[in-house]
Amino acid sequence: MVDSIAPDLIEVKNLEKRFALDEGFLETVKFRGGKILREKREVHAVNNVSLNIVRGEALCVVGESGCGKSTLARLVVGLLKPSAGQVLYGGTRIDNLSAKDMLPYRRKMQMIFQNPYASLNARMSIEQALMEPVKVHNPRLSRAEIFDKVAEVMQAVGVDPSWAKRYPHEFSGGQRQRIAIARALTMDPEFVIADEPISALDVSIQAQVLNLMLEAKDQRGLTYLFITHDLSVVQHFGTRVAVFYLGSLCELADTKTLFDTPKHPYTQALLSAVPKLSDEAPSHIRLKGEIPTPINLPPGCPFESRCVHANARCLAEHPAPLQKPDGAIVACHAVEEGRID
Amino acid sequence: MSLLSVRDLVVKFAMRHQTLTALDHISFELAQGERLGIVGESGAGKSITGFAILNLLSQPGFIAGGKIMFDGKDMAALSSEEIRLIRGDRIAMIFQDPMVTLNPVLTIGEQMVETLQAHRNISRSDAEKIAIVKLREVYIPAPEERLSQYPHELSGGMRQRIIIAIALLLDPQLIIADEPTTALDVTIQADIMELLLELCQNNKVSLILITHDLGVVSQMTERTLVMYAGKIIESGKTREIVNDPQHPYTQGLINALPQQTVAGHRLKQIPGNMPGLGSLPPGCAFHPRCDFATDICKKSVPEFVSFADVKVACHEVARLHKTKKAEAKDG
Repeated sequence: MVDSIAPDLIEVKNLEKRFALDEGFLETVKFRGGKILREKREVHAVNNVSLNIVRGEALCVVGESGCGKSTLARLVVGLLKPSAGQVLYGGTRIDNLSAKDMLPYRRKMQMIFQNPYASLNARMSIEQALMEPVKVHNPRLSRAEIFDKVAEVMQAVGVDPSWAKRYPHEFSGGQRQRIAIARALTMDPEFVIADEPISALDVSIQAQVLNLMLEAKDQRGLTYLFITHDLSVVQHFGTRVAVFYLGSLCELADTKTLFDTPKHPYTQALLSAVPKLSDEAPSHIRLKGEIPTPINLPPGCPFESRCVHANARCLAEHPAPLQKPDGAIVACHAVEEGRID
Repeated sequence: MSLLSVRDLVVKFAMRHQTLTALDHISFELAQGERLGIVGESGAGKSITGFAILNLLSQPGFIAGGKIMFDGKDMAALSSEEIRLIRGDRIAMIFQDPMVTLNPVLTIGEQMVETLQAHRNISRSDAEKIAIVKLREVYIPAPEERLSQYPHELSGGMRQRIIIAIALLLDPQLIIADEPTTALDVTIQADIMELLLELCQNNKVSLILITHDLGVVSQMTERTLVMYAGKIIESGKTREIVNDPQHPYTQGLINALPQQTVAGHRLKQIPGNMPGLGSLPPGCAFHPRCDFATDICKKSVPEFVSFADVKVACHEVARLHKTKKAEAKDG
């Protein structure tokens, strides 16, 4: 665990995000048991999540589709407004800033998206795509100065600056993701949020992009929030790992601690499900059922319906994240009560 | 005798200005009950191989040569009527995305009964009975109730189970599964793979598993083909390919996995990209990305040769093998 004096770059406090399913008034009117009721259904995408990201670390967020990991990234970077809770950047609250006050933070926080086929504008040459953000944030720079900056970053990510006039469709998926990374780096960010940056790429290209991101981290002293579902990438890339399930934080620990001694039953199941080269047959912890819907969540532990260790308390009460002696933070009644180690 | 024997299969795509070769003399055998993995990156030709076996290639793709012998019949030479008797009946296919494979406007029951009635002279109620048995085999809870449900009422994992149940309806001899779990989460993927393995083993069904995930191949299959730019470049027992890959590309694929490197260190990457089919380099298609490439690799296409237990298409492997043999003779 990181020592408490270490300066946090990002702090997230009791963050919540709910999306209303029934937008209009009429959609909320329900007829049930002979009565007309008003009822709002909400998707609970992120529930009461608190965590910090230390300067220079790569915090990985893992979980299955719909667990709220992308929503968390968008809340942190300010693309979504939280329903409750706070996001702090270097000690300053940023989730309630006006667009104008947010501008300097937008420069410091850059995002890399999953699909490089969708994240680059097909009608802009990559020169235009890379120069635009520099121009917005440095209105006094001349065109030549801006281009120099862009060319330098293109070189750094291994895209030949002489290709600057080309359009995205002329590049392969791996090259496009390099360009997307270049676009983030042109801003000299402190903090990069990468949302599944390699899952759309082939294995041999994934390694290229991961290496590039590790290089950028070392050379530029970047801090990462890395969202992924691929646990082998996490083990390689992350300094700490946060495991999410249905919008809640299950476990947060140093990468090595988490992989050596996973404590939350969901983390254990998730780790066992990763197919390994050494496996001669599938061997994993079988979970009951499937991920329930995040609409109108039950009051208890979100993992209760699939957990073999669940009891009455798990059904009734949401477990609070508690710190273990080895620094891991675990939200599980069974772990807390010592029913499982 | 093998159940499926593919010999020198060539698939081409007739484009406006040129004809591209998507599969270049692919040959392999599959025994009854055997599980074969086909791995490679996107564009390598793995899915095309699966489609070609079922004669499902659509324009502008066509089979330009070779034989696909299934159970003594050449699939490439059959009429579409004859193919239809085999497709879905003797050979079933499972596709990648369970969200689009099922018809959204038909209930699960209708889709299952339709499949059975298309191939067997059977009453609706008998067909439903078979459907329920198959749904139970893939561990669908309350199968009777599922028959009247629509695909959108079910989760991704559940839909893929139903697709597997449909594939099993007519007790096929071969299942071709094209990235069956790529669209699913890891915990669900593990369940589906275990189920597929169990069903193949219990019913002695052969399996061709097309995937990019070497970990999955390792768990599921007995033999593996590695494809690159429309060719098979290495084939052999899965265990041996995973533990001791011969072809530099296979080695590269395995070494590039994060689990093969100490955490935080640079991953061993393969430089460059797989070439497009329209711009294949002369000689070995892998040579521009290969650390071992020599002059011969740039000029001549390596033959696919057997060494002990594996077959490899690589000049360097052939050379090493020759030297080793010579040394053994001298010693």
